[in-house]
Amino acid sequence: MSTNSNVSKKGLKDRVALTDTSLLLIITIVVFVVMYVCAVVFLGKGFTKPQTFLNILNENASLIILSCGMSLVMITGGIDISVGQVTALVCMACAVHLDFNGGNVVSSMFLAVGIGLAFGVVQGFLVAYLDIQPFIVTLAGLFFAKGMTTIINSSQFNVQNEQFQAMKTTTVTVPLLGAVNKQGVYVPAYVEIGVIVALVVVILLFVALRWTKLGRNFYAVGGNNQSANMLGINVKLTKFMAHVLCGLCAGIGGYVYFMHVGSGSPSHAAGAEMNAIASSIIGGTMLTGGVGNIIGTFFGVLSLSTIKNIVASLGLDEAWWTNITVAAMLCIFLLVQSVILARKANKK
Amino acid sequence: MEQSAVLTMRGICKFFPGVRALENVDFTLREGEIHALMGENGAGKSTLIKVLTGVYPKDGGEIHLKGHDAAVNIRSPQDAQNLGISTVYQEITLCPNLTVAENMYIGRTKDPTVNWKKINADASKLLESLAIPAKATQQLGSCSIAVQQMVAIARAVDMDCKVLILDEPTSSLDEQEVAKLFKLMISLKEKGVGIIFVTHFLEQVYEVCDRITVLRDGKLVGEYVIEDLPRVQLVSKMLGKEFDDVADIKSEADTENIDYNGTPVYEAEQLAGTTGIKPFDFQIHKGEVNGFTGLLGSGRSECVRAIFGADKVNGGTVKVNGKTVKINKPLDAMKNGISYLPEDRKRDGIVGDLSVRDNIILALQVMKGFFRPFSRAQAEAFADEYIKLLSIKTASSDTPIKSLSGGNQQKVILARWLLANPVYLILDEPTRGIDIGTKVEIQKLVLKLASEGKSVTFISSEIDEMIRTCSRLVVMRDGKVVGELSGDDFNQNKIMATIAGGESK
Repeated sequence: MSTNSNVSKKGLKDRVALTDTSLLLIITIVVFVVMYVCAVVFLGKGFTKPQTFLNILNENASLIILSCGMSLVMITGGIDISVGQVTALVCMACAVHLDFNGGNVVSSMFLAVGIGLAFGVVQGFLVAYLDIQPFIVTLAGLFFAKGMTTIINSSQFNVQNEQFQAMKTTTVTVPLLGAVNKQGVYVPAYVEIGVIVALVVVILLFVALRWTKLGRNFYAVGGNNQSANMLGINVKLTKFMAHVLCGLCAGIGGYVYFMHVGSGSPSHAAGAEMNAIASSIIGGTMLTGGVGNIIGTFFGVLSLSTIKNIVASLGLDEAWWTNITVAAMLCIFLLVQSVILARKANKK
Repeated sequence: MEQSAVLTMRGICKFFPGVRALENVDFTLREGEIHALMGENGAGKSTLIKVLTGVYPKDGGEIHLKGHDAAVNIRSPQDAQNLGISTVYQEITLCPNLTVAENMYIGRTKDPTVNWKKINADASKLLESLAIPAKATQQLGSCSIAVQQMVAIARAVDMDCKVLILDEPTSSLDEQEVAKLFKLMISLKEKGVGIIFVTHFLEQVYEVCDRITVLRDGKLVGEYVIEDLPRVQLVSKMLGKEFDDVADIKSEADTENIDYNGTPVYEAEQLAGTTGIKPFDFQIHKGEVNGFTGLLGSGRSECVRAIFGADKVNGGTVKVNGKTVKINKPLDAMKNGISYLPEDRKRDGIVGDLSVRDNIILALQVMKGFFRPFSRAQAEAFADEYIKLLSIKTASSDTPIKSLSGGNQQKVILARWLLANPVYLILDEPTRGIDIGTKVEIQKLVLKLASEGKSVTFISSEIDEMIRTCSRLVVMRDGKVVGELSGDDFNQNKIMATIAGGESK
């Protein structure tokens, strides 16, 4: 397993086995890179264009944010399955707010964040302070959000608000990655605003998890919450904060989704929570808690959508192909993770 | 001159539903002393510690700390930490997924950010000064249990504590590590730290402690200066009855009835496990009690696990009553009349949420097959018989086993295997972490079983316990059988010498 056999003697002596978190992060990144390179080599076509990659980001900006929130909760040993329906609720609420209630873009943003936070606070309170299973609490949250979405408006409609339309169509040009199309015209590469938001969220949460007290407490609580309590960590507050941040992410992610689709519908973001969980797991977050990394989650989302793209470009467009491929990928990932962790445990 | 008290607890009470865990307990800790807190299981030691550290709220009494005029109110472990009370618990209370350095510093600062450079550097320095063989950036879970324990102590030491509580810190350490720990404790004591030391090992108490407080049944028995309290006295205070000397059972290991020439009840040749033990030969005769001994990690548990088929076996032949059999899994062993009481009661022994009755009949039920359950009346009869026979203290046979004390849980597991009516019973550390009274009972029971013609393998980390009970001792070192002692060789000095090996002259 030692790939750095040519390290100097001193380096070898000081080398310390990687933590589980770092190990899984490396696996995730390697798998993503290998997968993407394979796609480029064997499928060529679209995958060679930078814009294809950027489109993966455009399509999944919202999922990235949701997954980041999910990872936080999972690192503390919990789960939040309400985020998908909260996204739908945010879309519907903002759509109605903009078109029927004469709201403006700024207030709709506050509305989105407010809805997310409200879910986070209530769910976090129930989980942390009343000690109810997070799965049950957020399942209730899921149904509540679903119901509320339909109460606000039961059918899909596109937002007409001009201010919002302007924002929705705004893109950010990425320098140097543009390509010349068949007509010989240079088409600049671009990302949507949502991608910028997602990247900011990823970076902020990565930094928070690594360098803040709260972030480290998430890991401690997930590792062993009784120990964490003995170590002087406020376990309840920590769990509460994880759910609040996850709710906040659902709010922001919901708004990013809204900007991407520009409509409200009860069926929006259906199953997004499952994609978020899958991405987190592929990204090296363990359901048992205490292990995980936001950068890993980011790559988890990319891996998940790349595999979907690969399946699609093979002409296997039906939904079941995608689902089965994702299922297989999850299994393989979990298998690889457990094999590697078991080998590591045996080595000590 | 009297040293000044750093901690005074007066009239502490704590009630649990139906139990008076602590009743009017006083405890005084002086500066720069090591104070043993002794008592049988269920005496209230752990409860007292938990009240002091804010894990349980107290139901009455006052706690005074030096430097605080009024009585202090400790509501959470954080409060205790802030007041300079640090605890190292028996079970590691650190997070295995974090690094060593992080485990030493997490939960301690008000600072909202983490300065990795600083904590890694500080941790390295501290680990070095305490001679702990771990690296600051290593994940804690990759260290041995002993090292994890030391990291926990390092954390407490670094917290500048005035009161350091060590709750059974030595139960997972081997002798060298214990010696290291004691050195550390003495150097802390010289710095004026008051240390509360909770342990089951009498020798250790007399090795390092200055004073002893004895609890029994949630009440204070008394506080004694160590010189004024001989061992026998201490034990009698803990038991609360005149001490019928444990040494009495020494002669009871009756070797005359054992037919060494007959076919062994169990015989293994070149049995090899997959858990790091070298192939070994082993046999046991009818009515014999033998033991495996060796330092922590020498492979004594691995040997018996291989015999029982609890770990994978590769190679070797096994004969039961002269017939060659294959034992690949515990059920094979059970069907051949072998029973095994595992070392780790919590993990491998009890099924915490099941009742005492269900726990008792478990092994027999497995052998009978799950589709032919015992009737309620049958099960009750079995359970009641053994509850009486082993005098298990439980409210009823319906009580979940997890609410019993450690010693009683152990008896239930013992009952489970006795009920299976084995010809060969393996007991791996049956006396660990339980009170002295039960220890003696279990040792007597082992001898009684042997006199009834059963073969028993008895493993204990306390050598004198094994000398009292066994008639033959297999000594192990580094996964290898290095000697078998019986007859004239069977004394403590010879055993120690064999364990230590030739290199230590």
